[in-house]
Amino acid sequence: MSIKFKSAAGLLALLPLLALSGCNMVVMSPSGDIAAQQRDLIVVSTVLMLLIIVPVICLTFFFAWRYRNSNANTDAKYDPEWHHSTGLEVVIWSAPLAIIIALGAITWISTHKLDPYRPLERIDAERALPAETKPLVVEVVALDWKWLFFYPDYGIATVNEMAAPVDMPIQFKITASSVMNSFYVPALAGMIYAMPGMQTQLHAVINKEGDFEGLSANYSGDGFSHMRFRFHGLQQGGFDEWVARVKQNGTALNRDAYLKLEKPSIKDPVRYFATVDDGLFQDILNMCVRPGQMCMSEMMHVDMMGGAGVESHENRQKLEYDNRHAGEEAPGATHPATGNAPRSEVPAEGVEGSGTPAAPDMNHNMNHDMHQGHSMPEDGQDGPAPAQLNTNDSTQP
Amino acid sequence: MSNKALQETEAPQFYLEDDHHPEGSTMLGFWIYLMSDCLIFAVLFATHGVLGRNYAAGPSPADLFDLSIVAFNTAMLLFSSITYGFAMLQMERNARMETIFWLGVTGVFGLIFLALELYEFYHLILEGAGPGRSAFLSSFFVLVGTHGLHVTFGVIWLVTLMVQVKMHGLIPENRRRLMCLSMFWHFLDVVWIGVFSFVYLMGVLG
Amino acid sequence: MFGNTTLTQFIFGRLTWEAIPYHEPILVVTFIAVALGGIALLALVTWFKLWGYLWKEWFTSVDHKKIGIMYVVLALVMLLRGFADAIMMRIQQAWAFNGSEGYLNPHHYDQIFTAHGVIMIFFMAMPFVTGLMNYVVPLQIGARDVSFPFLNNFSFWMTTAGAIIIMMSLFVGEFARTGWLAYPPLSGADYSPGVGVDYYIWGLQVAGVGTTLSGINLIATIVKMRAPGMTFMKMPIFTWTALCTNILIVATFPILTATLALLSLDRYAGTNFFTNDLGGNPMMYVNLIWIWGHPEVYILVLPAFGIFSEVVATFCGKRLFGYASMVYATCVIMILSYLVWLHHFFTMGSGASVNAFFGITTMIISIPTGAKMFNWLFTMYRGRIRYEVPMYWTVGFMFTFVLGGMTGVLLAVPPADFVLHNSLFLIAHFHNVIIGGVVFGLMAGVVYWWPKAFGYKLDPFWGKMSFWFWQIGFFFAFMPLYVLGLMGVTRRVSQFEDPSLQIWFIIAAFGAVLIALGIASFIIQIAVSYLRRDQLRDFTGDPWNGRTLEWSTSSPPPEYNFAFTPVVHDHDSWYDMKNRGYERPLGGFKPIHMPKNTGTGVILAGLSIALAFALIWYIWWLAIVSFVAIVAVSIAHTFNYNRDFYIPAETVTETEDARSELLAERT
Repeated sequence: MSIKFKSAAGLLALLPLLALSGCNMVVMSPSGDIAAQQRDLIVVSTVLMLLIIVPVICLTFFFAWRYRNSNANTDAKYDPEWHHSTGLEVVIWSAPLAIIIALGAITWISTHKLDPYRPLERIDAERALPAETKPLVVEVVALDWKWLFFYPDYGIATVNEMAAPVDMPIQFKITASSVMNSFYVPALAGMIYAMPGMQTQLHAVINKEGDFEGLSANYSGDGFSHMRFRFHGLQQGGFDEWVARVKQNGTALNRDAYLKLEKPSIKDPVRYFATVDDGLFQDILNMCVRPGQMCMSEMMHVDMMGGAGVESHENRQKLEYDNRHAGEEAPGATHPATGNAPRSEVPAEGVEGSGTPAAPDMNHNMNHDMHQGHSMPEDGQDGPAPAQLNTNDSTQP
Repeated sequence: MSNKALQETEAPQFYLEDDHHPEGSTMLGFWIYLMSDCLIFAVLFATHGVLGRNYAAGPSPADLFDLSIVAFNTAMLLFSSITYGFAMLQMERNARMETIFWLGVTGVFGLIFLALELYEFYHLILEGAGPGRSAFLSSFFVLVGTHGLHVTFGVIWLVTLMVQVKMHGLIPENRRRLMCLSMFWHFLDVVWIGVFSFVYLMGVLG
Repeated sequence: MFGNTTLTQFIFGRLTWEAIPYHEPILVVTFIAVALGGIALLALVTWFKLWGYLWKEWFTSVDHKKIGIMYVVLALVMLLRGFADAIMMRIQQAWAFNGSEGYLNPHHYDQIFTAHGVIMIFFMAMPFVTGLMNYVVPLQIGARDVSFPFLNNFSFWMTTAGAIIIMMSLFVGEFARTGWLAYPPLSGADYSPGVGVDYYIWGLQVAGVGTTLSGINLIATIVKMRAPGMTFMKMPIFTWTALCTNILIVATFPILTATLALLSLDRYAGTNFFTNDLGGNPMMYVNLIWIWGHPEVYILVLPAFGIFSEVVATFCGKRLFGYASMVYATCVIMILSYLVWLHHFFTMGSGASVNAFFGITTMIISIPTGAKMFNWLFTMYRGRIRYEVPMYWTVGFMFTFVLGGMTGVLLAVPPADFVLHNSLFLIAHFHNVIIGGVVFGLMAGVVYWWPKAFGYKLDPFWGKMSFWFWQIGFFFAFMPLYVLGLMGVTRRVSQFEDPSLQIWFIIAAFGAVLIALGIASFIIQIAVSYLRRDQLRDFTGDPWNGRTLEWSTSSPPPEYNFAFTPVVHDHDSWYDMKNRGYERPLGGFKPIHMPKNTGTGVILAGLSIALAFALIWYIWWLAIVSFVAIVAVSIAHTFNYNRDFYIPAETVTETEDARSELLAERT
């Protein structure tokens, strides 16, 4: 693989790392402009710090060797009372200070320039962004434990797979359904947390065609290890085809379907949705997809107006959200009380497995032939994941 | 510390012939403890600052708080601080029974304060405005409740000390303990002034 | 039947036979091993009739030296547990490729990484640091004990109680599966309904009481009990770092206590502090926990810096270069450590200016740290370095730590952090500073002060073996993680799909095995040294030609530390005393005022375990009983006014004469 850096110094600093280029250092050789700038920043900062680190390490070994006890009879001077030197003190405080001033300036500038909330100004190092370009909006929801992507401009949605045209700025709006996750496509750009009831943003662009990995970078429970998705960088034509394919093979994502989808599940296959209910993403963000729920935005409005008074008991029920899966498992269900891991899709013994991803109306199986070369792990995962948790057979002695 | 020891002479002195009595560190230690406790309250105040307006489409301070009760309650606690001061003055005069008397008065004020606070809590919960109603009420109950818990332990400590002063008189150990409780009691007073201003007054009026 | 169930529930809460993980072979084997080991230990103690001795001389002791040793023993036991977790993770990650689930299911694996973090920070590093401070600080400042000796004993037992609560979760129920900081909403009642998070909360709360009180105790000790003449600017550097660390403890642990209390209220009382709904704010937890969490890092590393400063001055035979700048650097680090917490979550989406501010404050910390590094460097300059084992650790630290510092500053650049956060690069970074800084420092400290505590040196051969295994093992274990981080691999993942990663995990697992050999060498070192103690014996009390007051008394020091309180004229006061013809006093001893032992600490800690267990399992009657008992025992303790005694002058004379004889024989 060829890694092209702008600065020779960077190349020098990364020589030892280049030796490792047999492996795919995606962070050091990304395919998106934002990630590339972040990579450059890593290189520049490292070089700056090596200016002081290398002399320190060399001096450490040199002094440690030269002033060793067994070297006593040579010219290595021994001065037990020498413990102060104003000149040296000035140097040892100001040398790191100088480096940090430089690094601090770089930090201030780059943090603003690479703020994930800031719309892009360029496609890559050579090309500026044409003024009238409208970014591709992708709304992302981190579910337990899969990713849901809305394409509001196209009226479609997908699970565990997304695509974007090469050199097209993308604006991600990111939230989560239950716990904190982190949206991360290493080849594209840095990560940003996905949090329930809140929306974070990320602006990025992919500059190369390819099939990249996306994942959750913040631990979120049992299915976290498999909370991965594919990110396809496609030419405009390929992207249009992909959209068409989603429309052709997808089902409808209405509120009922979402509520079923939202339940915890592991190793979900890719799914396509050809139509999406109006305002579904906003409702997910406001935690009011379930009928009868009060939206966060409405609650905040009421709060801003000074609350709803003492006689507002019914509002509490309308706002309860975290306990929405309560009662679906045995009360207080947890391993080992029920032999069931909390929030896993595996029902406890005797509990009917309703609403698992295997429910026929989700007809996700039909999509399997649609995406060659990157299918989700195919170890018989069509139905609900096997009862892998807390059973003797999965725990090899 | 002994200055004599510091004077350089021909043969410097390297150890004290006499017994070395470092000044007692109880007051300093207790003061540091109070500061750590203060941080717990700081966290709760900060929490209230963040969550204090999250009513969850429910009642706000203006709907819930009866400032007159709270003002009366504040007065009780302030009086108890004054009476504790009287107890300390009596301690200085070495008057055992008078000290115990004023400690008792302080305890009674403390109990009235607690009773009123419990009444307020009970009333709120009855109205459906319990700690689980909204983040605002969670932070309110926990901030005020933590203060109340401190007062409760203060009263238990006070009673214990009354018994100990009765048993052993105003010996140095008991004086030290009375000083510590005094600091604790006044500290709770200061915290309450913060609660009263930030939670009640600014909640209702602000 | 129904009534029966209710009664069972009343008595046992949610504790049932199902809570015993007999269906997990790994845990069953572990349990059998622990049980057999435990029974063997208890049997030995009984056989040698040691119970009375242990109770009287150790468990109830208020002697800071014995408490310090007990802290370190606790830390070493917990190091073994925490390391067992580490090696299990390394094996799992090297194994779970190509569709294999490895040998740990996520349910088990998630508990292991949580337990590893919690145990290593709270029950290995913290007791280790506290233990060394407890042992050394009073000796260094020429005091006879700490300010509050009973509180010291109580603090130790509360820390131990916390460790016991965490250990119980291995065999009764489960541990948290949330990561070591238990971020809500994942750690909330709705997303983690089991007992795991409750074990976590109560284990930390109980231990936190101990930590806070011990912090208060040591501050008061250092401020009030220094020997005459020892001004602040004449204190040994280790005492300075201990002071700063304890100030940090007192100024941050209450925040942890309050934050965990709010989390427990969310879980137990249905409040809405950190819930998604009803106005709660999980981000507030993340902020609060890191306001504690970042200073915690410096709580651990500052004393390690202190140890290196003592070691480097002693073994270079030279006064520490730039004492004053070392002190200022320590204080600056202490203050700045409060202003950087947000760098743990740049990716939460705070504005660019906020992120940049916290990034730059973080970098500023590297300035005083760099100055310290130079101070050690120039102490070596024109020194005469004796390569004893502590010096090995120090040079190893200086090399390893700067690398960790560099990657740390890299992570402080917010846009760089966006691609490195939560990755294995981050894991490699903080293990780089915690192993390379804290663990190396603690090892150096143990080897350095061991002869003071036990009267004989540790065997140098096994000490060097331990050092080289640790040092090389560290590089094998963590350099691959840096690489993996740059390959976009994130933390806490138990199964992988990309086969090209596997080789790196195998190298890392190999490194972990080397570190295991390092720990084994350390244990062998202790065993061998104990067996060879007569050859390694030090009669002088000053085996390394030390510079600070702890080396002026005998090894091990008498119960009262110093027959006469020393008077200090200069820093490196023992070096000063030796230089200017100090004569050890031989007579005129006076009775010495000392505190009495008490069992209250043990009892209160035992009751705290009962209370925590009751709260974890919803056994409300037991919770009430044990809580009332705690209050009653505390009150009863205050009715005991008879807390001190005098060591008669004759006993002091006998002890000192015995030492005089020994010294005369040897010279």
